[in-house]
Formats: sequence, C-alpha cells, structure tokens
Amino acid sequence: MNAPLPSPTRRMFLATGGALIVSFALEPAASFAQGPVPPRPKLPGSLDKAPYLDAWIAIGGDGAVTVFTGKSELGQGIKTALIQCAAEELDVDPAAITLITADTERTANEGYTAGSHSMQDSGTAILNAAAQVRGILIELAATRLNLARDQMHAKSGAVVANDGRSVAYKELVTGQELHRTAQPQSPLKDPKTFTVIGKPVRRVDIPGKVTGAPMYVQDLRPEGMLHARVVRPPNYGAELVAANIAAVEKLPGVIKVVRDGNFLAVAAQGEFQAIEAMNVLASIAQWRKVAALPDEATIHQFLTRLPTQDQVIANKGNPAQQGAHFLRATYTRPYLSHGSIGPSCAVALYQADKLTVWTHSQGVYPLRASLADMLQVKPEQVHCIHVEGSGCYGHNAADDAAADAALVARAVPGRPIRLQWMREQEHGWEPFGPAMASNVSGALDSNGKIVAWNYEVWSNTHSTRPGGPAGNLLAAQYLAKPFQPPAPKEIPMPEGGGDRNAIPIYTIPNERVVDHFVPQMPLRVSALRALGAYHNVFSVESFMDELAAAAKADPVEFRLKHLDDSRARDVITKAAQEFGWSKSTGQRPRGEGRGFAFARYKNLAAYCGVAVELTVDRESGEVRLGRIVAAVDSGLAVNPDGIRNQIEGAIVQSASWTLYEAVTFDRADITSRDWSTYPILRLTQAPRSIVVYIIDRPGEKFLGTGEAGQGPTAAAIANAVADATGVRLRDLPLTATRIKQAIGV
Amino acid sequence: MTVLNVNGKQHEVNADPRTPLLYVLRNDLALNAAKFGCGLGQCGACTVLVDHNPVFSCVTPIAALEGRYIRTVEDLGTVDKPGPVQRAFIEEQAAQCGYCIPGMMMRAQALLEKNAAPSDTQIREALEPNLCRCGTQMRILRAVHRAAKLMTVELQGPLREAQK
Amino acid sequence: MFGRILLGLALAVAIAIGALVAWQWRGELPPSTASAHSFDPGIVAKGAQLAAIGDCAGCHTTSGGKSYAGGFPVETPFGIIYGPNITPDRDTGIGTWSEEAFRRAMREGVARDGTHLYPAFPYDHFTKLTDGDISALYAFLMTRDPAMRTNRTPQLAFPLNSRIFAASWQLLFLDKGPYRSDPSQSADWNRGAYLVEGLGHCGACHTPRNKLGAEEKHQRFAGGEGENWNAPPLNATSPAPVPWTADQLFAYLKYGFTDQHGFAAGPMQLVSTNLSKAPNADVRAIATYIAAFAGPRDTAGRQRQTDAALAFAQQRALTVNELSRATTGAAPANGASPGGTLFAGACATCHRSGGGLPVSRPVALALSTPVNASRPDNLLRIVLNGIHPPPGRRGPIMPGFSGALTDPQLFALVDYVRTHYSRGPAWANVAAALADVRRKQTPTTEAP
Repeated sequence: MNAPLPSPTRRMFLATGGALIVSFALEPAASFAQGPVPPRPKLPGSLDKAPYLDAWIAIGGDGAVTVFTGKSELGQGIKTALIQCAAEELDVDPAAITLITADTERTANEGYTAGSHSMQDSGTAILNAAAQVRGILIELAATRLNLARDQMHAKSGAVVANDGRSVAYKELVTGQELHRTAQPQSPLKDPKTFTVIGKPVRRVDIPGKVTGAPMYVQDLRPEGMLHARVVRPPNYGAELVAANIAAVEKLPGVIKVVRDGNFLAVAAQGEFQAIEAMNVLASIAQWRKVAALPDEATIHQFLTRLPTQDQVIANKGNPAQQGAHFLRATYTRPYLSHGSIGPSCAVALYQADKLTVWTHSQGVYPLRASLADMLQVKPEQVHCIHVEGSGCYGHNAADDAAADAALVARAVPGRPIRLQWMREQEHGWEPFGPAMASNVSGALDSNGKIVAWNYEVWSNTHSTRPGGPAGNLLAAQYLAKPFQPPAPKEIPMPEGGGDRNAIPIYTIPNERVVDHFVPQMPLRVSALRALGAYHNVFSVESFMDELAAAAKADPVEFRLKHLDDSRARDVITKAAQEFGWSKSTGQRPRGEGRGFAFARYKNLAAYCGVAVELTVDRESGEVRLGRIVAAVDSGLAVNPDGIRNQIEGAIVQSASWTLYEAVTFDRADITSRDWSTYPILRLTQAPRSIVVYIIDRPGEKFLGTGEAGQGPTAAAIANAVADATGVRLRDLPLTATRIKQAIGV
Repeated sequence: MTVLNVNGKQHEVNADPRTPLLYVLRNDLALNAAKFGCGLGQCGACTVLVDHNPVFSCVTPIAALEGRYIRTVEDLGTVDKPGPVQRAFIEEQAAQCGYCIPGMMMRAQALLEKNAAPSDTQIREALEPNLCRCGTQMRILRAVHRAAKLMTVELQGPLREAQK
Repeated sequence: MFGRILLGLALAVAIAIGALVAWQWRGELPPSTASAHSFDPGIVAKGAQLAAIGDCAGCHTTSGGKSYAGGFPVETPFGIIYGPNITPDRDTGIGTWSEEAFRRAMREGVARDGTHLYPAFPYDHFTKLTDGDISALYAFLMTRDPAMRTNRTPQLAFPLNSRIFAASWQLLFLDKGPYRSDPSQSADWNRGAYLVEGLGHCGACHTPRNKLGAEEKHQRFAGGEGENWNAPPLNATSPAPVPWTADQLFAYLKYGFTDQHGFAAGPMQLVSTNLSKAPNADVRAIATYIAAFAGPRDTAGRQRQTDAALAFAQQRALTVNELSRATTGAAPANGASPGGTLFAGACATCHRSGGGLPVSRPVALALSTPVNASRPDNLLRIVLNGIHPPPGRRGPIMPGFSGALTDPQLFALVDYVRTHYSRGPAWANVAAALADVRRKQTPTTEAP
C-alpha cells in the first residue's frame, strides 16, 4: 500500500546510504569487469535499459516488497497498474508492495513518462522482472527444502511446497540473490489464471488525495524551506534593463533577489511575502520588449508559408488516380494550452556541491542532464526525484519550474527553495500544443470506395523537451550567458510528431502523405497529449465523413468497408452497437446530431471509437453534449477502471479543446493568461453521459491508453455538428460564434 | 495575531491580516487539501467552507475570519475513517490527478448540507465554479450523488439503531 | 339619501367602465396559415438584427430553455409576468398570428385574441417601429423553430392582473405610432433615437416610472430599475465620473468594456452580447443618441470633468508598493481601516494598478459607475455574486464574496470602497440596501 509521501526532513537530506546500494543495481556488469562485454540479447520492455532484476524488485528483511519504476504517476493511475503487474507475477498482495517512481538515484532511466508508453516500457519490464524473480525464489526455496522445482509454487509472499512446507520470500533473499541480469524469456503466467491483472483494483493514491495527505510537489515542506517566485519578462525575448534589487531585498521576509541576465527571481520566508515581493519587483523592473508575434487572425497562412523540411511518409500506387467523385478540404487547429490546473512547482536544495530537485517533470533523467548543463556541473551532482503535480498532459512548465528553483537554490545554498509558478505565468510561458493545418483530397469510385487519398500537414515540432542540453529550459534561455535552444526536430515515424496519425489506417490503394515540418516557432511549443494525432485524426475522420456523405453511405459502414484490421473493426462495431447507431438513422429534428469517429493511436497503439450525440442551439450556435459512447482496445487491460477513467477524461478534455479552446495573442504577447481569457469546459457543459466499453485482449501486448481518445472525440463532435446543422466546420475550435455564423439566421 | 477556528481547533496565527487563508492553511497549519490553482477566484481548487458557505480561500484574507467556523477536507474524515463525501469519491474512483478534488468535495459538502438529494442539474450548477482539467467531471457527478445517499444512510443509521 | 348617491356613483363607475371596455375592446383576428418558406431570406436576416437590438430573447427565453419559447420571469413592482412563447408553435406560441395581428401587438399591445398585454411588454416603445421593421421581425420570428411551452399565468395581485387594468394603462400611456424624425437633428441622431426609443427600449429600465408603472416622460434616462438591478441615469445626472462619449458608449455596447468605465455587468451583459451582433452603424447611432443626454453639453466642460476624474483615479489607485508598505506600518494606504485590510486581502490581487502579472485587469474602481452611484445596491450585488461570462465564452470573471464576508465586513468593505474611490457622499443606509438586494434575489426562475 502506498502511504502518502513523507515530508522530507533534515535526516532524509543527509541519508544517502540506501541510495548507494540500489544505484549499484543500476550499474551495468561492465563497470565491474575488465574487457569487452559480449552483446546481450534484447530484453522485454525497459529491462533492456536496466537489465538487473534488483533494479526493479527488492525484497526487504521484513518481507516488504519494493518495486521500482522509471515512470511517474501523472494522475493516469500508472502506480496502481504497475503494482498490479508486480503483484500478479510475484504472487504477493498488492497492499504489500511499495512502488518507487522515477528517481535518478533509485530507479532505472525510462526516459519520459509520455507517449502512452508506460505500460509498454515499464509494465512489460516489471511483469517480466517479477516473473523471473518469482522463478528465482522458487529455485532458492527448492534448494533450501531439497525438493524439485515442480513440487513448489509461489503464493502470498512465500514459496509453498506440495507437502505443505513453506518459506517466506524474506527468508530467501538475504544478500545479492536478485542482483542478476534478466533473461529474454520469462515464466509469465497464463492470463486465464490472473487474479489481480484485469481487475479494477482501486487506485492506491486516491485515499491520500481525498484526505489531505501531502501527495504533491506543492505539498513538500522541508525544514528551513523558503518560498520563491520568478519574475518573467513581459514577453518572449524581452531584455532586463534595470531592476532596483536593493529596494526589494528590504521588503518584509525577503531573503534574496536573484538576477542572472534576464532571469529574475525572489526568495522570501513566507509565501505571501514572496508573492508581494514578486509583484513589487515586477512593477519596478524595466524591460526592453523585443518579440514580435504574427497576426493571430492569419496564423495558419503564416505558418504554412514558412520554410519547411518535407518528408513523404506514405506513397502508394498512383496518388493522382481519378474517380467518380472528388473532394478536397482544409482543416486547422489553434495553439492549445496544457492548462494544468495547478501551476508548475519545484523544490530544490543546493548543498555541498549537490543539487536535489523534487519535480513533477515527465522525465527526471533528461531533466537532470539539462540542469547539469545549465549549472555547468556533472550529472552525478544533480539528483531529480519525481513527485506528483497536477495533470500535465504533456510537456508543460514542470521542467522550467525545476530550472527556476535550481537557480534560486544555487544562489541560496543550504536552504530548500519552493518555487511556485503563478497562473498567469503558466498560461503565458508554457510550451503550447502547436497550431496545425492540413489539406486533404480524396477520390471515390462509382461503388463508393476510396481510390485515392492525398494528405499534407504543416506543423512545428511537438517536442522541445529538455533532453540533455540546457537550451530547452526556459530560464536557461534568459541567463546572462544564455543557452540557445537546440534546433527542433521532427519525431520520426512510425510514432511521428506533427505527422502522428497522418497516414490513414484505412485500406486505400493509392495514397500520398506528406509531412511539412516547420522548424520556425513563433510561439513556444512542445508536446501536448496526443501530439499531432489530435489534429490529424480530426482531419482524417472529418474527411471520412465528408467522403461517406458523397458516397451516400452510412459513416460507420463506410469506415468498416475500408478496414481490414479485425481489432479496429471490433472496436468500431462495439462503439456503434452500444450507441445504437443503426437504430438512430433517418431524419433527426433540426439541431440534433450524432457523429462517429475512430482511430488507432499512432496506427500501432490503442484502438478507440467514439460516438457522440449532441444538440446545437440554432440561435446561439451553442453545442450541448448529450450521450457519448466509446469503445477501446488497449491490448492486455491491467486495470479496466483505469482505462475507463483515462478514456472518459480524454473525451471530456478533447471536447473542451474542440468546442472552446484557443491560445490568443496580439502582435506582442500572449493574451490568454487566465481562465477568463482561456475558458475551458465547466461541469455545466459536461456531456449528459459517457459510457466506455473495453475490449480486453489478455494475450496481447500493452498498447497504452492515455492519448487514444483525443483525436476521435474531436472528429466525432465535428461530425455530429455537421449532422445537426447541415454545415461542415473545419476550423477548430467549433465555438458557438463560428457555428452560428455558419448556420446563419 | 489572528485566532482562527479551523476544523474545530483554535489556532493563533502570526501572519499579516491581509494574507489569504489558503497560504495560512497550507504553510502555517500544514493542511494540504486546499490547493493553489489560480489565486484569482476562478478555478475553485482552494475552496473551503466558512460558516457552511463555500469560499475561495485564495481571495479570503484571514482578517475576515476571526471567530468564524472554517472547515477543510481534513475535517471530513481520515484515510482510516473517511467521511461520506470522501468515501463516495473513493468508491467512484472520482479522481485522475486529483488536484481539483478537495475543492470539489468542499463545494459538494456545502451543497449536500443544504440540499440532501440534489438533481444532476443542481449538482452541475452548484459545482460550476470549480474547474477540472483531467476530465473527471462524470465521476465527480456520480460521487456527489453517491455522497448524498451515503449521508442519508449515515443519518439513518443511528435512527435504526435507536429503533431496535 | 346616501344610498342613492352611492347607487348613482356605482352606476357612473359602471358606465365609465363600460365605456372604457367598449372603447378599448379589440376583436380577435383570424388565425393565419402562412408557411415559413414564403419569407425573403434577406428580410429574415434583417429581422434577426432587429431582434438582437431589441433583445427579444432576453424576456422571451428562460435560462436553459428553448429560444423564444418564453417562461422568463419579468419582475415588475406589481408582480411577476412571464414572457410568453413567441415561437411559431401553433398551439402554445404565436404560430397562428398573422402579420396584422403581430403588428397590432407591437403598435397597441393587443394580442391576436383581443386581450390587452401587460405593459411589461414595452409596446409603448415598439409602437415607434416602422411597418418595414415590424414585418422583418415578423418574418424572423415566424422562421424560428417552433417550441411547445404553455404560457405561465402572471403572479399579479388583483386588480393588477385584470386585463381591464392593462387596457386602461394602454389608454392612458400609449402614444401610438411610428417614430417621427426630428429635422433639427442629424440623420445619425435620428437613427439612434429611432433605435433607442423604439426597439432598444432603453428607457424601460433607465427611465423612472410613475405609480402606475409608466415611464416619466419628462425624466428621460434619469435612472430606473431592470431585473432587480439599478439602471443608472444616462443623462446629466449620470454618476459615472468620466462623462460618456459616443466612442466610449459604442465600445461598451459592442464589446462590453471600456477602459474609462469598466465592464458591462448584470442585465447589461446580455445587452452587450446581443449588440455585438448588431451592425456597427446601428450601435454607433445608439451611442450617439445616448451620449447627447449624458454629461455637460460643452466639450470643454466634458474635458474638465474627464481630466479631474482620471486624475482622481490615478491618485487613488492602489499600487503594489502601497500594499507592501502596509505591512511595514509605514504610512499604510489602507491598513488602518478594517475595510481597507479586507480590500487589500480580498480585492487587491485584481483591483490594484501596475506591476505584477498581466491578468485581464478590471478598470480603476474610481471610474466605476456602481462605486459612484447614488445607491450601493449594484455594488453590493457585484461584490456578493461576482461577474461571470456565459459558459465557454471569454469574459471577465470576478468571484462573489457572499459566503466569505459577514454583513458587518461587507458594510466595512463597501464603506471603504466608497470613501476611497468616490468623491460622492457616504451612502446612507447600506444595511437596508443589502436587505433589499437579498429580498429581490430570491430565485423565481422556473426549471426549463
């Protein structure tokens, strides 16, 4: 059972002994041997990156089982799911397991908790490691009891022999028994025998969250902690001309004002004092404003005219093939904000040449490297520990808050520094999900089948994560000796960035898909949940409906007609069936509409189909969401309730993006700085109901669920609005104003 | 020095009287549930109860709170003995990141103290001031409905015992 | 003897009533059979614009209900009247109304079946519409989606609920007929006058009414009430420190905000949302007409007043430095008074000037009309309930403080705001105003 995290005390800061032993587990065998290491066969999941079993599983003298993951809890329920994996294969009660999440001195380096990869990377590793540990324990018990291995099995934290004798795990693991390299094959259990995996085990973190336990990085309160706030420039690239630091340092409670070039921050005893000092500092700082932003009204024209790096990612047959019908369309989406409900925060301590940072970054190892680069120290001198923040939905300002905290901590050594971003700072400086545009054209034959498909998409990069060099940390860009952000790169296929899901999953004999990667970024951008898939699925699935209409075909039937993948067909059929799609054909009253959409995330991860019922108010253009039904296939479903929660959440969040959201800016600055200028969906606008059906595939791989719902929801809503009003809208968001304009009087 | 009655206990707080209650709860009293979301009274993550009314603790100075009855999530119950609202949220697994949930729970508590069986519409309207970004709205609604039932059962429990 | 006099009087009254009834009697007009397709789309579009200016939806749509299907409680000093269903539903709406019947309703306040409508329906304004505009509105309404919703009986005490009363009112107060141009004024002014006195019916809220509920024609725009809010004077007695110019009015009506007056609040939120859809030229005309009423007539006078107001606002604006100084005890700007401390803790995050973070900052309180009004009612409403945009739309959010502040704290805060930000006299009885505001706030909206 996971207790809420304890507030780090002074003792915790000094204790490093335990960490040594575990980091030993992370050392490759090579560092203890002389000479070259023979090539190792590929190991399942992240075991390949950290092959020692005790890097993943530890069994203490008191019988406590500790499981280590390099992934982090983002609110997606990963802690619980991983505990289930370990509990199942290790035959221990989930409540007996403590899960340690991403920590550069305790866990494997699993990169980022992103891309819906956690189950695939960490789940697979833990599943296999636990199975192999179970095998080792049985082996050890067999030796101890002098019995054959097949006379024994594991149960509830002990190895039990057929003759009734048993040995508890804690009695078997006394030294380095688990410090062994994992094998490529594991004695995995038959899914039919699962008792923990596949069950809706309750989330281990929710009880603490609803009773006020200190669960978040914002709740850390180590002794001697100071409160810090940063003063950001008025807009991108502004230069600090003057700031009367001395005056601010005289304010009540202020300990220090930190200035390094254009980076300005203040640390104080009390939180309210820090906020007041920040306000005073901001009011007296003088900046030379530099940035010029493009015109928001014509942003897509602007972006599509910038220089691009083009890549043809699909080219089949004769894309210029003609048909009986020919359609074309252009779709656009705006910049979107992560809009994390809790602005980013980090706690940092710089002491005895070591920096410790508690952060809700999605990648503690890449962050560590970038912080080390920024401070010009060795990576070993930086320790990053993941502590939960509020939902981030991608690369928000978490890493930047960590960098800010580190800079203040370095200026006030020996004192833990809690640096909290303000709402307006989060809205103004976080890296947004990029604006995108796509052109689609398609040809249908006289049988209503798609014979040609051409798609091109324009987008900035969807990742400016701090991946090692400091240049992607916001503060680093504003220091006296600034770090330049590295040149942005497109994430390669098959996962893709701006071109994620740009290739339609449908069977089309002639097709061409081009990715126009736009390196120049007028606004700061990075990864937002689903990356390019949100726009590309919106485009592809809207266009599929437009083609279906031209073919006079039912939208669901039309999709099935072009799909061979049986799992895709199953998901579509399930969603449509449960929604009652075939029962609601025919004339609907004006203003009522239904829409359907489907996608397989990245064309290789989870399958998700969404059916939406909604009404459009004719006078105002407002959409009221009614009944929503979804079906999802995530492969082996470890926690069905976790999957449901993620898909429900994706549907509501995507509905908010699709109906209301757009970052706004004028020629100088971002103008959407709070919830009044960037409204998101409130409870009164939530759908009437959402039901999610899971198609469980026990024998299959993990497919990851977190991002599968974003794209299909957008298209299903757009298709339903088209159904309700008779008008097709192609520019997101589908605001009431736009809808009203389209439907006229 | 301001004396605050929080969750039934008196606390002497040595903070500037202008200080919003949120920072006092979190820093001086180590009560973590109420959260900083915006500091502008727009998102409700800081919602606590004052004299049975839901208020934004981020814009309520402690100068306004001497002698008044302040309640936070910590008053609703504990991990070992969760109150009906907390139980309902656990049973419905009504959280993803969970950051907005304490605010939602306090506003729900205020609603249920005035209206023991609210309709869906009434719950939506009552909780409209609180934002949830993860998309947990449907579960939050179910949890509040469930909490209403649990509260009624809780009240009826002692009655049934007395009638035996 | 007395009996005969009484009998004579009763007879006289009966004859008078009879004469009145006979004089005011209107016959039923036959039901119409027109179909939606017979309207010119251009005329329907024009009707839509007129409906936006007239804010028909404001009284004829209830929150959450179908557009124009009625049910909205219009509060009057005499009781509550529910806006009827004006969708083309044949059973519960006006689907059987011919254009002639509609015109009669707009010009004379008489329904198709001959009953007199309550003057809560401002036909004394709509009578000023041209025939062409009435036709366009008819075309617009007849092409809306029909919605079934039975009209609700008004909650009026006898004899106010009698149609005879409504008929008498019409006789006494209706100045029937379309607007007549004033040749001494510009075309723009006349257009504005036509829109304001006719469709806009601004006077219905912004002009005081006599005991029988009719607008005092000689006190045009001297202030009134609408939806339980005070509708401030728009004439020379306007409490706005900066005199309204046509430009400022245009911005306020079109965008719901001006930097020298503030945000549209209360019923004006919906008015400005509607006018944002109206043609710019029309909103400009409205602004021109109203501006002619407001403030000193001479330009120099207006400028003096504006400069003085802005200087005062500048002087009284609370800066971050002053806020901070309050804690050190050095010449605190507001730390001295309890109201000032409350303001600094509860309000100053947003209601201060300069420095800090680029929140969509509200206008200086010293320039705000509610703060400078003759009564505290509107300010109390705003402090208690806040300001909220329609869901999903961008717009200022001010949290309400009704639960957070006790009544004594509310009084202290309001007193502080009045003293610090207004040059007007202290408000006499804030407690009574608060009781009044609370009494009127009791929800009367029926569920959709």
